[in-house]
Amino acid sequence: MAGSTPVSLSADAAAPAAAQPRKSRPTTPAGEAWRRFRHHRLAVASAVILLALFAIVALGPFLWPVPINEIDFSAKLQGPSWAHPLGTDDLGQDLLARLIYGGRISLAVGLAAMIVAVVVGILVGAISGMASGRVDAVLMWVTDLFLSLPLLPLLLLLTYLFRDSVKSVLGPEGGAFVLIVVVIGGLRWMQVARLVRAQFLSLREKEFVEAARALGASKPRLVLHHILPNALGPVIVAGTIDVAAAIIAESTLSFLGLGFPSDIPTWGSVLRDAKDYLDIAPHWVLFPGAAIFLAVITINFIGDGLRDALDPRRVL
Amino acid sequence: MAEPLLDIQGLKTWFKTDDGLVRAVDGVDLRIDRGETVGVVGESGCGKTVTARSVLKLIDMPPGRFEAGRILWQGRDLIPLDDAEMNKIRSREIAIIFQEPMTSLNPVYSVGEQIAEVIELHQNLSRKQALVGAADMLKLVNIPNPERRVHDYPHQFSGGMRQRVMIAMALSCQPKLLIADEPTTALDVTIQAQILELMQEMKERFGMAIMLITHAMGVVAETAQRVVVMYAGKVVEEAPVGALFGDPRHPYTQGLIRSIPRVDRSAGQQARLESIPGTVPSLLDPPPGCRFAARCKYAMEICTQAIPPLKEVAPGHRVACVL
Amino acid sequence: MSEEEALLSVRDLKKHFAVSGGIFSREVDRVYAVDGVSFDIAAGETLGLVGESGCGKSTTGRCILRLIEPSSGEVWFKGTDVRKMGGTALRALRRDMQIIFQDPYASLNPRLTVGAIVGEALTIHNLAKSRREHEERVVQLLETVGLQPDHLRRFPHEFSGGQRQRIGIARALAVEPKLIVCDEPVSALDVSIQAQVINLLEDLQEKFGLTYLFIAHDLSVVEHISTRIAVMYLGRVVEIAPSRELYDTPLHPYSEALLSAVPIPDPTVKRQRIMLQGDVPNPIRPPSGCHFHTRCPIAKPDCATRVPELRESKPGHWVSCHYRG
Repeated sequence: MAGSTPVSLSADAAAPAAAQPRKSRPTTPAGEAWRRFRHHRLAVASAVILLALFAIVALGPFLWPVPINEIDFSAKLQGPSWAHPLGTDDLGQDLLARLIYGGRISLAVGLAAMIVAVVVGILVGAISGMASGRVDAVLMWVTDLFLSLPLLPLLLLLTYLFRDSVKSVLGPEGGAFVLIVVVIGGLRWMQVARLVRAQFLSLREKEFVEAARALGASKPRLVLHHILPNALGPVIVAGTIDVAAAIIAESTLSFLGLGFPSDIPTWGSVLRDAKDYLDIAPHWVLFPGAAIFLAVITINFIGDGLRDALDPRRVL
Repeated sequence: MAEPLLDIQGLKTWFKTDDGLVRAVDGVDLRIDRGETVGVVGESGCGKTVTARSVLKLIDMPPGRFEAGRILWQGRDLIPLDDAEMNKIRSREIAIIFQEPMTSLNPVYSVGEQIAEVIELHQNLSRKQALVGAADMLKLVNIPNPERRVHDYPHQFSGGMRQRVMIAMALSCQPKLLIADEPTTALDVTIQAQILELMQEMKERFGMAIMLITHAMGVVAETAQRVVVMYAGKVVEEAPVGALFGDPRHPYTQGLIRSIPRVDRSAGQQARLESIPGTVPSLLDPPPGCRFAARCKYAMEICTQAIPPLKEVAPGHRVACVL
Repeated sequence: MSEEEALLSVRDLKKHFAVSGGIFSREVDRVYAVDGVSFDIAAGETLGLVGESGCGKSTTGRCILRLIEPSSGEVWFKGTDVRKMGGTALRALRRDMQIIFQDPYASLNPRLTVGAIVGEALTIHNLAKSRREHEERVVQLLETVGLQPDHLRRFPHEFSGGQRQRIGIARALAVEPKLIVCDEPVSALDVSIQAQVINLLEDLQEKFGLTYLFIAHDLSVVEHISTRIAVMYLGRVVEIAPSRELYDTPLHPYSEALLSAVPIPDPTVKRQRIMLQGDVPNPIRPPSGCHFHTRCPIAKPDCATRVPELRESKPGHWVSCHYRG
């Protein structure tokens, strides 16, 4: 057995201080991760920007109480001014108010879709990783099947097919939200499932899991106490990237007119409305585009930072 | 005295890490003469591996850097040399074998190609000649069917056989010094015995010197002529092998020798192992004075104030202890 | 030893792992990891189990604990067959038998505090009535293995290898077991730390009347700590003898070679070394007859066809060789 040879003896070149009890530094694994995350400057800056974006979106309507649908043809297609800091659209509606409102929807869709994807992914991955054998084979077959589906056409088809029935139950806005979140989340869980399964397969064999089994720990306890917490690092990273992907997916749907009802602004739908006025009102395209860009790129940088901070090799 | 083959003087190799400066090697003097086997022993983190890698300048810089000292190879300091000049010395004059024979060979090339590459680089031979040379080397290290196995890939060899391949590769340019970094730690005892015997045989044949880095006192006792004991980045004792085991002077060496269970003694003679209390100090901010003081049963006040220098207590026997 | 006085009796234990391959994942080969192992351990003694990589010693230890399900054979613990135990009985068994692992880095959950790791058994088996009792017991366990009470709230990464091994030992002691399987508990530790842990294990044995199955590849450590030693080669026990007797008069040629290969930290000792040729054969297709015949210096033609029985050559000294003992 390869495991019967000393392991720590080669460590002195790679990590000269690895065996020392560490002093004067955060002691919890979370503290360690935070310490490493702070070293990633781009990620920290991104986190600050993203938090600001969330704050604007959450508090904006109180600070900028302009209605999103106040039509004023005398002020249509205006560039940025004191009255309309981000300008107006073809109906003279205030863009800042519309983007703040749209940001709420876009970010909420991103987060909710990520949660759906991560929850489904963890469930499938965990069951697959613990069960092995036939159950594992079937679940992984399903995962591969989903992975091979072309995402965008399917998104379009599903929203087109179910839009009306869901809307009749949950109302136009709520219905669109649930449908979009479920469809995006339901088509993005596969990566998480694969990650979780791989983590489970390797963690299952770890000696600390074996030790817990030897103590008589039940299967749920093994999973919830010992395996899952150690598998979460990569999942969190994948989850952040999923938020960005979901925001883009929602924008795409809205852009194609299959998202929320056309009178409700989202970053994607504002962009779609603006596309015909590219040459006369460039600000109209610029601001929603910039908002999407900023949200997605900061989330991706944060994902990078988390990847470094939660690297299991450095935690274990 | 003849000029030593390798003469390390006051070497300090430090590493910059997130947590601060790690003084992995902190003022090491080490001399190796032609054709002798010097054992460098110590526990993990004592700096023995970093010392060995410093000689070949295999330390990543940054985070590592040479803070002070000289590494004299046949009188010439290696520290200022650039990579191109070092490459003329690596393999051709100083070769190294590592602990993990599993990871030190490239899995996508056959072992013959890997040995041939070394031969080609350093001896100006054609590929074909080099491959013949590779087969000869495999034969030399007692690998059965060398002509056939030269085309095999690393995964087709067992751990012991891979270490033989590593030795063949290291010796293919007939170096004057072979650095063996824990060459048998990953191997079983019966295979370890085979490899140690092979190294002995190769040494007699090529007359090279060996720097044997290990944590196993038994391996050193059976192979080395001279032993250097390291602790927390420093040399604490240096002696001919007989004197070191027969009359160890440094409390750390004494503790190390007494803490090993002995197969050749009955349990009655050694009812309880003597252990060294505590753990190795951090190399981040090592304590002032003797680094062993905190674990030493003879420690006095003076031990925690100044670092004791190595002083000669008998011919060739030097100890860094105030006692 | 008769079966009544043994705390643990292993009889003809086998564990074969299937190697699957091909498009339909059929079983194409089998690894004979443990291939008919029998031994007894008396209460309070330490049985050393030695052998080289791949000899099946760790698998044997895990089969006894049923961390790995044995393929066949019997494991009797205090008069009950461990292999036939169901849920409740198996849970009770976990309080009697524990394990200490080799790798102090992989054997502790990095996301739990030391207190949570050591106290986990108390939670699982409801061994503490109140939170205070729980904490008191954890502190007591930490002190038993030589750690400080304030280590309770720290995480494993803050400890050195030796200290982590102590945490692992405290975890095993929490259920007050009778038998502890020590799977290479000191192999990953530095020499000076090894001695600390070995001494601790010996002290605990005396204090709590523990019985150890001590698995290791380092023969000098095993000789030091064991009452009796079983030598394994390719899934089979080739020799069992009282510790000192094995070292003084090994009977099986493999034990003899293994012992002579151990380097002795004394340059004045010169010994005749028996050099074994080649490597340990692949356990997927172990040699026929006596597994050792391909490397045995005294092998005769019939060693390749006849499987030697483990028989008692002298009282308490068992060997499985046609030509020795």
